[in-house]
Amino acid sequence: MPNEGLPILAYTLRRLVILLLSLLIAAMVLFVLLRLLPGDPANALLGVGATPEQIAAARAQLGSDQPLASQFLHYLDTLVRFDLGTSFVSRASVLGEIGNRMAVTIPLTLLGFLLALVIAIPLGVVAAVKSQTWYGWLISVVSQLGIAIPVFWLGILLVTVFAINLRLLPSGGFPLRGWDNPGEAAVGMVLPVLTVALVIAASLLRYVRAATLDVIDSDYIRTARALGSGFTEALVKHGIRNGSVPIISVLGIELASTFLGAVVVERVFTLPGLGSMLLLAIQQRDYPNLQGVLIVSTLLVLLIGFAADLLQRLVDPRLRERARGAA
Amino acid sequence: MSTFPSRSVAVRLGRALLTAALLASVSAGAAMAQSYDKDATIRIGSLYEPQNLDNTAGAGQGINEAFNGNVYEALFQLTDTGSVEPVLAADYKVSDDGLTYTFTLRDGVTFHSGEPLTAADVKYSIERVTAETSKSSRKKSLSTITGIETPDDKTVVITLSSRSISLPYNLSYVWIVNDAATDITGTEDGTGPYKLAEWRRGSALSLSRFDGYWGDAPTNGEVLFQYFTDATALNNALLTNAVDIITSVQSPDSLAQFAGNPAFTVTEGASTTKELLAYNDRVAPFDNVKVRKALARAVDKAKLLNSIWGDYGTLIGSFVPPTDPWYVDLTGVDAYDVESAKALLAEAGYPDGFEFTLDTPDYDPHPIVAQFLQSEYSKIGVKVNINVITANEWYTKIYQAHDFQATLQEHVNHRDIVFYGNPDFYWGYNNPDVVKLIADSEAAATVDDQTAKLKEANTIIAEDAASNWLYLYPQIVVSAANVTGYPVNGLNAQFFAYDIEKAN
Repeated sequence: MPNEGLPILAYTLRRLVILLLSLLIAAMVLFVLLRLLPGDPANALLGVGATPEQIAAARAQLGSDQPLASQFLHYLDTLVRFDLGTSFVSRASVLGEIGNRMAVTIPLTLLGFLLALVIAIPLGVVAAVKSQTWYGWLISVVSQLGIAIPVFWLGILLVTVFAINLRLLPSGGFPLRGWDNPGEAAVGMVLPVLTVALVIAASLLRYVRAATLDVIDSDYIRTARALGSGFTEALVKHGIRNGSVPIISVLGIELASTFLGAVVVERVFTLPGLGSMLLLAIQQRDYPNLQGVLIVSTLLVLLIGFAADLLQRLVDPRLRERARGAA
Repeated sequence: MSTFPSRSVAVRLGRALLTAALLASVSAGAAMAQSYDKDATIRIGSLYEPQNLDNTAGAGQGINEAFNGNVYEALFQLTDTGSVEPVLAADYKVSDDGLTYTFTLRDGVTFHSGEPLTAADVKYSIERVTAETSKSSRKKSLSTITGIETPDDKTVVITLSSRSISLPYNLSYVWIVNDAATDITGTEDGTGPYKLAEWRRGSALSLSRFDGYWGDAPTNGEVLFQYFTDATALNNALLTNAVDIITSVQSPDSLAQFAGNPAFTVTEGASTTKELLAYNDRVAPFDNVKVRKALARAVDKAKLLNSIWGDYGTLIGSFVPPTDPWYVDLTGVDAYDVESAKALLAEAGYPDGFEFTLDTPDYDPHPIVAQFLQSEYSKIGVKVNINVITANEWYTKIYQAHDFQATLQEHVNHRDIVFYGNPDFYWGYNNPDVVKLIADSEAAATVDDQTAKLKEANTIIAEDAASNWLYLYPQIVVSAANVTGYPVNGLNAQFFAYDIEKAN
């Protein structure tokens, strides 16, 4: 057994190095790309009526008059000290602001993802096992439709039905005191979570269905059944572990896209999360906020991928073998 | 001694009677005023979230909406009807040469922190706006101030390098801040009827009644500004009773769901927001007055306004809205007339028209207006190439670099005709007569003189077709029917909340 633990550790370390390198490259690409956008952060601070002297003073104060290379070095220097700086426009700490916004975006992402799993896994298995029946077919068609729907459109549709027509739920917004007011915050989360979950569930369902179909047709299920197992027993005993390997990497990707979907949905429901912070920062060329949100989002997505890779190796001994060979 | 107790009884009886009478009158008053809840929370929906809480640090128009008159007061106030009234200045005197203003401060005013208002606070507050690092767009209009003296705690003396008839008006933008408060980007210390209770970025800002306020107490207990990034979401919030008022409706299509519904009140006030096609008057062919007049005449502005706002909004013949004292009806100067537009173009040497690029901000209504202009101008042989840019690019490319042929922009400020007196302004209009009239109007000795000079300047810019003033936006406030007493004009984006009443 200790023999087996070592390659996993080596793999983890190697994967961690890759993660850090990816993050560094992402930071560099983000930095350069953002500076290629036309516009100047000084503009967000000044309105019509500002004098050229005021504009020059604002640029000097923000450092946007410095050469790009020295701006980047300064940025890297602060980044390694986990200092994301302060916003050009609001003068608030970027990290503190991201923390506040995470209180909306993370619950929205996780709850949306969880609900998507709850919807997609049973329905996906049913759609595969009962693929020859009318309801198996119906599930497939509806999920196909779900993939075609843009997430913001679904959000608007749900608002029209549940908020405006039925008056069951609020059309958007989040309480001023956030989760200190848990009832109101939770009610405000219902429609956004549902929106994210339905869209993600539609695409997850198709993966679950495909993976289940693969498992059903596999040799080991046939063998297990030939040895006298019932269909359900064979599926549960052999199918879940085998079928979950491709699903885990898909889940990693889907969790990342849930996060991105949450960012879009926040705008529809006026939620003070990372998405609204990102959009505002783009409009204002507020580089510290913009870089902060993007680098934290990138880190989250990379971490999800990292966790999915590790989990896959823990579940599937064959991949562990391959990892040992490579190490 | 024996008289004492009986007197005391008499006094007590008298007091009791008086109290009873007072109670009766209070309860009578309460019965009459029972129509509203004096501790109500007024929920105001807005699209303009302030970026920080300091109006000299690039906070945006949202901070005027939330804080002017509500949290901070100034020596003067620009009221919702457009007049300038003293607030923290109890009285002021102007020397005969117009160069020395002596202000006497109101007594009994305290900041929210509990400190009393003194002359030093006023001096500190004015210097905050004129400071080198200030990002106030009003900084330039206070540039004639050469000295601020504080002979005693209640007196402020301002000396000027030249006459400035708009000084009281310009001081209405200068918040009086406690001089002990250093950084007010995330907090406040003003003298207004409300103090800041809480602010959640990206979501809402709440104000609560300040019990130590020197003036009349607000007719509500709390004000909650709820911020939206999307007009549809804002409308939905009003429809579902999540907000009580929308400060400024920006999506004409949505008015239909409120107008004619007894649950809501739609009010159209006077706006100062002008939609204009600004040419770069420095470059050909826009340096030619005939070309500009032809372009003015070729647009059916009534049709444009109607297609965007229906029956709302106003046509204007120049940059001055009807609420400014120097308004003159100039809509007839270059009235819609395609044939004369063609003739003018031919006279100017462009019988076959020309082609130009129109830099169009990417937000409403500019893209729609650009397409309308494109189709109107094609009728006189002028080809318009629409180039869509972001608001931020607009500042860099057009406002700062003057690198454009023509652009669309909405100008929101009150009394901003003075921009035509600045040849370095982005549109580059340079008429020495107008420059002189506008400079002289500021140095005028009387308001009548100032008004006369600005009327003349206004007429000249219209005759010169300096820009193409398409229309004046409507200022539309929509509220739930049980909410009344809010400002309807929203001049300079202000939104005084203290007189708002909410019926039970």
